[in-house]
Amino acid sequence: MTAVPTTPATATAGAAAPGSAGGRRRLRGRYLAVLILAAWVLLSVVLKGRDTLALGGAELTPLHTRLNEGMDAIDAGRNSNPLFLYFINYIRLFLDESVTFVQALISQPSFGRPVPVVGWLGVTGVATAVALLYGNRKVAALTAAGFAAFGLLGLWEESMDTLALTLTAVVLSLAVGIPLGIWAGLSDRVNRVVTPVLDVMQTMPTFVYLAPLTLFFLIGPASATVATMVYATPPVIRITAHGIREIPVNTLEASTSLGSTPAQALRKVRLPLAKRTIIVGANQTIMAALSMATIAALIDAPGLGKTVLKALQTLDVGTAFNAGLAIVIMAIVLDRVTSAAGRRVEAERRAGRARGPRARRIEVGLVLAAAAVLVYLSHVYVWAAKFPGEARLGSYVKQGAGAASEWVQDTLVTYTDALKNLVTYGLLNPFQSLLAGSPWWLVALVVVALALLLAGRRAAIIAGVSLVLLVLLGLWHDSMVTLATTLVATLIVMVLGVVAGVWMGRSGRVDQVLRPVLDAGQTMPAFVYLVPILGLFGATRFTAIIAAVAFAAPVSIKLVAEAVRGVSPTAVEAATAGGSSTWQLISKVQLPMARAGITLAASQGLIYVLSMVVIGGLVGAGALGYDVVAGFSQYPLRGKGLAAGLAIVVLGIMLDRIMRAAAQRAAARPASQ
Amino acid sequence: MAVSRMAGLRVSALVAGAGLLLSACGGAKVGETTDAQASGGGQSGCGTFNLAVNPWVGYEANAAVIAHVAEKELGCKVVKKDLKEEVAWQGFGTGEVDAIVENWGHEDLKKKYIEEQKVAVELGETGNKGVIGWFVPPWMAEKYPDITDWKNLNKYADLFKTSESGGKGQLLDGDPSFVTNDEALVKNLKLDFKVVYAGSEAALITAFRQAEKQKTPLIGYFYDPQWFMSEVKLVKVNLPEWTEGCDADAAKVNCDYPVYDLDKIASKKFADSGSPAYELVKNFTWTNDDQNTVSKYISEDKMTAEQAAEKWVNDNPDKVKAWLPAAAG
Amino acid sequence: MAVPSLTEKSTPPAAAAGADDPPILDVRGLWKVFGPRADRVVGTPLAQLSRAELKHRTGCVAAVRDVSFSVRRGEVFVVMGLSGSGKSTLVRCLTRLVEPTAGEVRLDGEDVLACGERRLRELRRHRFGMVFQHFGLLPHRRVLDNVAYGLEIRGTKKDGRYERAREVLELVGLAGFEGSYPDQLSGGMQQRVGLARALAVDPEVLFFDEPFSALDPLIRREMQNEVIRLHREVGKTMIFITHDLSEALKLGDRILIMRDGALVQMGTPDQVVGAPADDYVRDFVSDVPRSDVLTLSWVMRDARPGEPLDGPELAPDTVIRDAARTVLSAGRPVKVVSGGALLGVVTTAEILEVIAGPDPGNPDSPGGESR
Repeated sequence: MTAVPTTPATATAGAAAPGSAGGRRRLRGRYLAVLILAAWVLLSVVLKGRDTLALGGAELTPLHTRLNEGMDAIDAGRNSNPLFLYFINYIRLFLDESVTFVQALISQPSFGRPVPVVGWLGVTGVATAVALLYGNRKVAALTAAGFAAFGLLGLWEESMDTLALTLTAVVLSLAVGIPLGIWAGLSDRVNRVVTPVLDVMQTMPTFVYLAPLTLFFLIGPASATVATMVYATPPVIRITAHGIREIPVNTLEASTSLGSTPAQALRKVRLPLAKRTIIVGANQTIMAALSMATIAALIDAPGLGKTVLKALQTLDVGTAFNAGLAIVIMAIVLDRVTSAAGRRVEAERRAGRARGPRARRIEVGLVLAAAAVLVYLSHVYVWAAKFPGEARLGSYVKQGAGAASEWVQDTLVTYTDALKNLVTYGLLNPFQSLLAGSPWWLVALVVVALALLLAGRRAAIIAGVSLVLLVLLGLWHDSMVTLATTLVATLIVMVLGVVAGVWMGRSGRVDQVLRPVLDAGQTMPAFVYLVPILGLFGATRFTAIIAAVAFAAPVSIKLVAEAVRGVSPTAVEAATAGGSSTWQLISKVQLPMARAGITLAASQGLIYVLSMVVIGGLVGAGALGYDVVAGFSQYPLRGKGLAAGLAIVVLGIMLDRIMRAAAQRAAARPASQ
Repeated sequence: MAVSRMAGLRVSALVAGAGLLLSACGGAKVGETTDAQASGGGQSGCGTFNLAVNPWVGYEANAAVIAHVAEKELGCKVVKKDLKEEVAWQGFGTGEVDAIVENWGHEDLKKKYIEEQKVAVELGETGNKGVIGWFVPPWMAEKYPDITDWKNLNKYADLFKTSESGGKGQLLDGDPSFVTNDEALVKNLKLDFKVVYAGSEAALITAFRQAEKQKTPLIGYFYDPQWFMSEVKLVKVNLPEWTEGCDADAAKVNCDYPVYDLDKIASKKFADSGSPAYELVKNFTWTNDDQNTVSKYISEDKMTAEQAAEKWVNDNPDKVKAWLPAAAG
Repeated sequence: MAVPSLTEKSTPPAAAAGADDPPILDVRGLWKVFGPRADRVVGTPLAQLSRAELKHRTGCVAAVRDVSFSVRRGEVFVVMGLSGSGKSTLVRCLTRLVEPTAGEVRLDGEDVLACGERRLRELRRHRFGMVFQHFGLLPHRRVLDNVAYGLEIRGTKKDGRYERAREVLELVGLAGFEGSYPDQLSGGMQQRVGLARALAVDPEVLFFDEPFSALDPLIRREMQNEVIRLHREVGKTMIFITHDLSEALKLGDRILIMRDGALVQMGTPDQVVGAPADDYVRDFVSDVPRSDVLTLSWVMRDARPGEPLDGPELAPDTVIRDAARTVLSAGRPVKVVSGGALLGVVTTAEILEVIAGPDPGNPDSPGGESR
């Protein structure tokens, strides 16, 4: 939730255009780009429908069949390959035991007791104590309220299951990710190797590896943990590496000049200085892990995700929303506590420890004692072990959400239908027919040419290789359909991002109101709102776009707001003193100066939109998203699903690299006028 | 800073104090209450029964009733595992799944796990007939009575145009769980339609629900038994009748889907274990109406699966009795 | 300062002019080239190219080009140059914070460049100390822990290092700030912490990399005086990098002027001002009030026959400004005497010429002769 880049951090731009004479060249480049686009439109009309490489839903290419066979071979070798077997088995055992242990503590009846070891009162007490000791009183209160809400919503056990799985996955992700991140921060070579791997891990849809995972780690907590870790580890690796790398050179030099060994420099300088950044990374990892809760439920991961999926079977929006709400609450509590912990590190550093270690020790002792009392009570007494009373709040939430969903679907559908048609006929269909309806070689040519013009040679090469890969994967047509949907969604995300972001960045009050809404949009599982938006927009690509925008816009909005807020106050003051109107201030000062942040918002928005491609496949987007979903469900389509997952990764890396290089090139431009 | 810290201390001291007070008040202690769970698993010979639960309500109805009987009558410890079909089949190999109690075809999986790997066995039919095909909402069947014959579909193609179908009629397809031949069918029957992939059961049901409510035209892939059928009775469009072998070549298929006799699959290990639960699964059989009743309890009456199963079992003691293994009766 | 004795005198290779003491630090032919395959430059014709041309031809930048000098024990040796002249790289090469491309650096005769990692760390921990332009303090540590840092990493026990750190903080005038954090202090105070940190390990050679350029002028002057005081009190050898000529003249026993990575001139302050080696240096020192730097030996002339030689006597190293009042009020030539021998005389005319500034037609006017 905190706005921090979690995507590829390497700069891979081609050489920027030579500074002098660049202005005119660039202008010529822009004309050329327009010319290329015009030629494309013209040719696509002439060549419509030729060489589009379309492939039917159940059709396979030889590659897909071979992938299928390959997966079968792995499947078959599972029992005969001892190294593999023992290695994987031990990991699986360890993971299973870890999760089961945490579950026994807080969520599941265990050790012959009808209730877990620690009941609701104890868990709430410990969580609040942790929030108080590492955060502050405000987040402690929030924590207590949040945990009480789990009980009130009638979802205590499910919430604890989700918490158990999330915490285990997070602890392991951090245990793996922080050392790796440090290593990648210290060594450029490691960083170069790790970055593309992380790109794949983050953009490869979970659906692709969910089923194969269960072959190795079996059905249950271990597979769910691994799936969660695959998605949740990259942020902490990236951000830790970034933090280690960003230590001021002169501080390190000072340490070296005093004769510190590399190990001392790491322990005494880099790590303490990077601590705050690493906590931000941990925060991102927690959020990512939680967002996997629903999807992991597809392979029997315990918790709230199961409730959501079950409810979806009967289109029970109320129940799904209730469980989704619990997930949102958990996300907000975890986010605020870790953010507060991060700020506390900073605050302690800045202000110095206002209290001596003695006072701190007394405080810690008291708080822990209080928590211990609560844990004891919840261990012994029924009223403190099982959340008391009927879940009143839960049933109200269910009814309310169900009724609201129905009302919205019934009354708004005429307007939403018009909106859907406007965007689809006006923007999406023409764009899609351009991308997916022209011959593949024409599209490839245009994309490479544009990449060369706008982003440089290196980006053009990456684009070329990526496009050839898409053809080889046998999913060119589907990729182009998905690309069209993705780009339209990203466009909407950016429009929203700039409008709401500027608004938020300029006004603290708007920020306060909007932020929780954005947090909810980001963490509410998409499965919860699929039914109402399906009711409004039907099973269409537009529905997929709406789902993607709901997930991606919050990130972009927050990043833009951050960037606008980061514009130097002196510049704003100077412009105001010069008599700028508000509009002039925004358009001539704040937006241009926030360009770096806006670029980041766009690339992040794109990544988030791409990560919703599969969800889009569930609501009518077809193309790659559907290929992945079908591959997950149908045995003969496994290979194709894997290929589609790879195609999504390829699309993601291609777009990311082009965008980044283009932005870098634009930033290198000498300020005109 | 210092002041607020002191306040913090005081708060925590208060909490601790309050906790102590409460503990003095006491209340029922864990373990003092009579423990219902302890009686479970008392009967020997059954042990743990790992039951896969595939993600649709009809399946859940089967599973809930079987689980209920296994627990109450046979004293088994039933572990339900929520799994998609393919993952469930994988579970036969790894020994984590004992039985699947509503299987729709899946010849490929049968070949792999029953014939090749020999880790699973067929346990006979559930008694439910699975009908797959193209359906329209009831209002359309009423307004355009001849629409249920495929030969008239082209006449109505214009009605079904949407933003997704590129000028043709839209055939809403694609619950991803099932291999459909609809693209080939449209082509081979020379229909002026385009297959659009809804992508999930939820999307299909929502589409049909809205179509009936808003009286908008819709034709799409659907199946029965399905709980939604008891809310909106969709009308099947008749395609050329299925004959043996007419769908052998997926690319040339030009006939309707066959009626599936839904069946049960168990792991080889489970079959050899002599567990009474195995006998139960093997004997289990009921009608589409039975299943739809339980499904309705779950989906419309919002009962939990356990409650729904209990209610049905209580209402149908004779049927249940017939499933029980001879020894356990 | 140790009294040199002829018998002990080893022959240091090309000791600095006038040094009869073995240098503590001796630098020969030092090169630092940045860029692709930087080691191909030194010792080839490429080394003769100008900086710009080298960059154009090879993509390499020669930050330090063939610099040699030696520093005497207890001396304040200033390296001066504009930004980009290579002075910061030079000082980093001496302690190998930047690895030199070629050349020789000897500390008390030991080849620093040949040291292994471990030995190099030993040197840094015990014999070198460094103060940085941007302080380089650790923001998460208290002042006391910052100062004790060098001792900590070389393994000194807590009590020992805190005691020493308190001593040094006292020395730099920061007693009472032990528990503060760096960002609670002003820039000047932070640099005192940096200074204390360097001093805490009791190094033999202190390096200063433009330590005061980030401070405002008043604080800067205060800190310069502080360095002078410390030098007097602790007598360390100091190598001081600056781009500020007046700072160089104020602090330096000797000054090395760099331009484009190469040594332009090396000498005492009055040599630099009085006899600039080229137009670059001349331009550089043109704004310096010469009377503040030059001594009588730069302006005295031989007594003319018949001149009265009964005036006051002054030493040849008297700065002109200090001599002015005596000379102007004497009303006759003032004798410049060293060890009882008459070296020359100074009259009002010579003094006025220095104060009035050089004759534009004859820029070499004062100090046409060298010692």
